[in-house]
Amino acid sequence: MARAVTTQHKVIATAAAWIVALLIFFPILYTIITSFKSEQEAIQGFNLIPSGTFESYTEVQAQSGYFKFFLNSVILAVGSTILALIVAVPAAWSMAFSPGKWTKDILMWMLSTKMMPAVAVLFPIYLIFRDLGLLDSRIGLMIMLMLINLPIVIWMLYTYFREIPGEILEAARMDGATLWGEIVYVLTPMAVPGIASTMLLNIILAWNEAFWTIRLTTTEAAPLTAFISSFSSPQGLFWAKLSAASTLAIAPILIMGWFSQKQLVRGLTFGAVK
Amino acid sequence: MATQQTRSLARFMLAPSVVLLFVWMVVPLALTIWFSFQQYNPLNPIRDGFVWFSNYSLFYSNPAFLQSILNTLVLVGSVLLITVIGGIMLALLIDQPMWGQGIVRILVISPFFVMPPVAALVWKNMIMHPQYGVFADIARFFGAQPIDWFGQHPMLAIIIIVAWQWLPFATLILLTALQSLDGEQKEAAEMDGAGFVSRFIYLTLPHMSRAITVVILIQTIFLLSVYAEILVTTNGGPGYASTNLPFLVYQKALLEFKIGQASAGGVIAVILANIVAFFAMRAVGKNLDK
Repeated sequence: MARAVTTQHKVIATAAAWIVALLIFFPILYTIITSFKSEQEAIQGFNLIPSGTFESYTEVQAQSGYFKFFLNSVILAVGSTILALIVAVPAAWSMAFSPGKWTKDILMWMLSTKMMPAVAVLFPIYLIFRDLGLLDSRIGLMIMLMLINLPIVIWMLYTYFREIPGEILEAARMDGATLWGEIVYVLTPMAVPGIASTMLLNIILAWNEAFWTIRLTTTEAAPLTAFISSFSSPQGLFWAKLSAASTLAIAPILIMGWFSQKQLVRGLTFGAVK
Repeated sequence: MATQQTRSLARFMLAPSVVLLFVWMVVPLALTIWFSFQQYNPLNPIRDGFVWFSNYSLFYSNPAFLQSILNTLVLVGSVLLITVIGGIMLALLIDQPMWGQGIVRILVISPFFVMPPVAALVWKNMIMHPQYGVFADIARFFGAQPIDWFGQHPMLAIIIIVAWQWLPFATLILLTALQSLDGEQKEAAEMDGAGFVSRFIYLTLPHMSRAITVVILIQTIFLLSVYAEILVTTNGGPGYASTNLPFLVYQKALLEFKIGQASAGGVIAVILANIVAFFAMRAVGKNLDK
């Protein structure tokens, strides 16, 4: 039996939650609104109704060429995610299903590699990349993004895999399932949701990574983080253009995130919520 | 069933990631330590050579050094405080029965998907700009003088931006934890006459403790290396008022080309991160074992 809820309580809760949610969302909303204003409108004080012009978008496209950056972002995010999964799935699998004495320590150590501030090792990495000819290359950046997200990916997969009960395997074996049958019909269906939400989170982290993607690229491999950085110094009247560029940079991942937020949030808890 | 064979298979599956992460950790770190003992300036290579600890003493005697460590800790501490307390309050609010909860969740999680440079640019130009920002519009509406956020309160401004980025993460994890709380337990507590406050302290908060530790651990990792937000908004200034340790290292390396000093700073940053990590890990390790 659910608790009896008075209508009054519900009205108050709804109003309060919506106000807070809209305040949190406001900077994004206002940016989207401003992107449909002309530059003159954008600086004429607070105004929630734009004239609906697309001129900022066409100007941004003409000035910086959105699609090349967009394509790089997609390639880097998806590519690094696939690389990370190839390395991480077997590792998480083995730690979840045949844990040893050191499993907990290995996991903690892996996470601790993320504590190393990127900027501390920028110069050595830069030299290594230069000597290997990987500067401003997609493959180099993909490896980089894979490495920095690997601990989180392993950790997340591990918490998912650990929830798969071992008895199910034994039951399948009793029923005469072969190892192959076990993997295809029993384990894979149970592991797919976990792998999928790990993939989503990693794509988001890779898409938004804004240190290595800016420092190790110039033009060829530069993703949207570099695209938006070219707007960091003010250039006359640029509020509407900045808004259009910002909207373009975040829209793909924002939409993806909205559609997948349920799976995403469950994965983000890193096994903290049973 | 764990035969020798499956165990060696397990090791074989684990090996690639361990090796990769080990190389990824050790090689750059070793190089950084090596450079930290060198005088190395690509623009002025004449005096390059081995200099023992002088980079460390130079970095240490830099007036910005202590300030940057303080700023790093203030930034991590305040954002954790805001996001954890704000996240708990928001989670409690969103957990109430209401209309349109799905949309509220979507609106609240959105900042998490915004890349740091965009978040910083939007806050800098659209919200906090002393002339054209929304805060300035509001101030003028009430007849007040608009605040020059990045000139007068640079650290506060950065803390607000970073907290805005991380509040959704904290809120949604804590909300998930809250929703997994057994309804019957809550009812039983209510029947026993426990008020909202004591229910929160004795039932809800202990139930959320694991989630809170995860929030603190994950956020600490990312907050220790905040960089883009500072670069875009204040550039570390005015003076060194909003320079954190990563940003100071960045300035030494990429603006002044003092690679040796920057490397010494990097080594110090790694040590600081490890001290913070040690405490965070210990707390989390304890909490996750439960």
